[in-house]
This record gives sequence, structure tokens and C-alpha cells, in this order.
Amino acid sequence: MGKKNAKAGSLESSDLLVVIEEKEAGEKLEIVMNSIVEKQYGDRIIEIAHEIAALKGMDNVRILIQDRGALDYAIRARIETAIERYERGV
Amino acid sequence: MGTNLLFVPGNNPAMVQNAGILGADTVIFDLEDAVAGNEKDAARTLLKNALESMEYEGCETSVRINAMDTTHWEKDLRTVAVAGIDGLVIPKAERGEDIKAISEILDSITEAEDIFLIPLVESALGVENVYEIAASSKRIRGIFFGAEDYTADIGAVRTKGGEEIFWARGRIVNGAAAAGVEAIDTPFTDVEDIEGLKKDTIFAKALGFDGKASISPRHCGFIREIFYPQDEEIRYAIRVMDTVKEAEKSGKGVASMDGKMIDKPIVLRALKVLRAAGIKEDFRYE
Repeated sequence: MGKKNAKAGSLESSDLLVVIEEKEAGEKLEIVMNSIVEKQYGDRIIEIAHEIAALKGMDNVRILIQDRGALDYAIRARIETAIERYERGV
Repeated sequence: MGTNLLFVPGNNPAMVQNAGILGADTVIFDLEDAVAGNEKDAARTLLKNALESMEYEGCETSVRINAMDTTHWEKDLRTVAVAGIDGLVIPKAERGEDIKAISEILDSITEAEDIFLIPLVESALGVENVYEIAASSKRIRGIFFGAEDYTADIGAVRTKGGEEIFWARGRIVNGAAAAGVEAIDTPFTDVEDIEGLKKDTIFAKALGFDGKASISPRHCGFIREIFYPQDEEIRYAIRVMDTVKEAEKSGKGVASMDGKMIDKPIVLRALKVLRAAGIKEDFRYE
């Protein structure tokens, strides 16, 4: 059986695409991010991702984020949706 | 609610975050037709986060949830109702008991008694039952007519002239008025045809509609302009309300102005004018 993964969002302007991939047993949470506003908001995006991952107890996954200038609420929403889909196995 | 209501796709962050500056009195974030079946969860979560964190100053916010014959509507309702929404649009409304059920769920999950409901009547059965629907809950602010689905349901061809919806429009206005709520007309779907929009809006106003929905921000200004009352109508309405409230305060049973008795229809007309002008007036008949 392949590894679990899920995604949410899009690469449209003001949106972001979030992909969550299962890691090997024992491996830690990893967040990989690129953004068109990385210099200004890169740290903030990583911070939000860590916050939601901790809240949802996601510690054995890789979260890949491709940001197209999304605001905080959209970043939160897309990560939440990706995690919920990951948990549901969608 | 104002006179113009604008649909905004519920899963599009660029539009969701700019919805407050598009010129609408009421924004309708759409979770129904504008969102694909496999994206309902994402749109619901996006709107929840937007409503909890964004300020939409100068307009009211509502959400069109999915229809009650789907598996989505209750999740939609329970998610957005506690996120700071002003109102909900209920599609495919056909029976008063369904709207009552939604109203009861709202009562049980939120203390916000002022969350309003706008049933969207868009089927032959819904049009038949419009008064029953309009009178089914104290939360109902208005009845919204959806002509595209209605026309398909009765087997007619939808035209710009709108002859095929003439009877239904009249029945919607009448049913809404009988229940003491507003009537909102169907959107004009040709975004580029501004002359057609104006003609259709003027006709809807003449039929008695209180406002009109749109699917394009380009239409908002034209709709507002057509429904906006004349200055003298606004001044008259303000005088009527001042007189009625003064009479009520001094214990007079009957209010009169310029030698004429001010009865209920005159007050209701004045309230309608003030609503269209965006002037808040809390007066209610007991």
C-alpha cells in the first residue's frame, strides 16, 4: 500500500496549494514552503503551518506549501482542509 | 439587507477577501452552484476562516448553503452560522416546515437571534407555497426568486423579456408582502448587457420587488441607483416615522400628519423607502 497523501487549494492568485504526505515511521514533521512573498511573509506562513499541525497532532508528515500571496485566513483554511482530507483518506 | 445582493464564489480567496468592496449591500458567499462537489469541504472551511477574521464593513454577509436534499447543507449551516454571519440564503425552498427546521437549528447553536434567512424560491412548488415559506420563521428577512431553475421546472424557455416568469414574480411579491417580508428579484444573467439589466430592474421595481440579486459586481451600482428612492420620498418617510413614534410615545392611538391619518400601509411604505435608502429604522408593529 502506498503512502497516504492529500491536497487542498490551488495555484490561483491569493490562494495556495497544500500537499500533505505521510513520512516514514519515526520521522518528524517537515514543512516545505515557497511563496511569491517569501521574503516578507515566509516566516509567518511556516508559523501558521506549525501551529495548525500541532493543533491537529500531525507530527509524522511532510507539508508542502506553494503560496500565491494568500492571506492568513486562506493559509489556515487550506492547511486545515488538507489535514482533514489526509485524516479521512480522501 | 439593502437593494442589491451579490453572489461571490465561496471557494475563491481573491473574491472572498475583496467581497466587501464590490459595491453590494449584501454579499452572498456561494457554497452551492459555484462550488464543485469535491470542493464543498474546502469552501466551507475557507468561508469559516474568512468570516471569523475579515472585516466586511459597509455590507452584510450571507452564505448560500447547499440545498436540503444534499448531504452538505447541515454542515454548511453549522459551520458558518457560528462564524459571524449576518444571514443565510436557503436554496430550493419549497416548504415552510424546512425553513422552520433550519430556524430551529439556528436557535439551538447560536444566541445570535438576528441571523436572517432568505429562502430562495426556484421551483413550481416553491412558488405555489411562497406565503407559507415566507411566514414560516421570524428570522425570514425576504424571499428571493430564482428564475433560472424555476423556468426549467415549469418547462419554459428563459428569455430576457421575462414573459415566462411574469406570473411567478407577481406571486413572489404578493406572498412576501402578505408575510411582511421583502421580495428580492432574480439576477439578470447577461453580465455585459447593461441596458437589459436596467430595463429588467426597472420592471422588477415596478412589480413591487424591494431589491435584486446579481452575479457580477458591475451590476451592483445600477441596481442600487434604480431602487434608490427620490430625496422627497426619503424626507417624507422620515417625517412619517418621526410622527408615528411621537404619537406612540404620547399614547395617542392614531397618528396624523398634514391633516391625514397615518395608517399601517403608509408606515410600511415609509419603512420600505428607508430600507432602500440604507437608513436604519428599528420601528416594528407589535
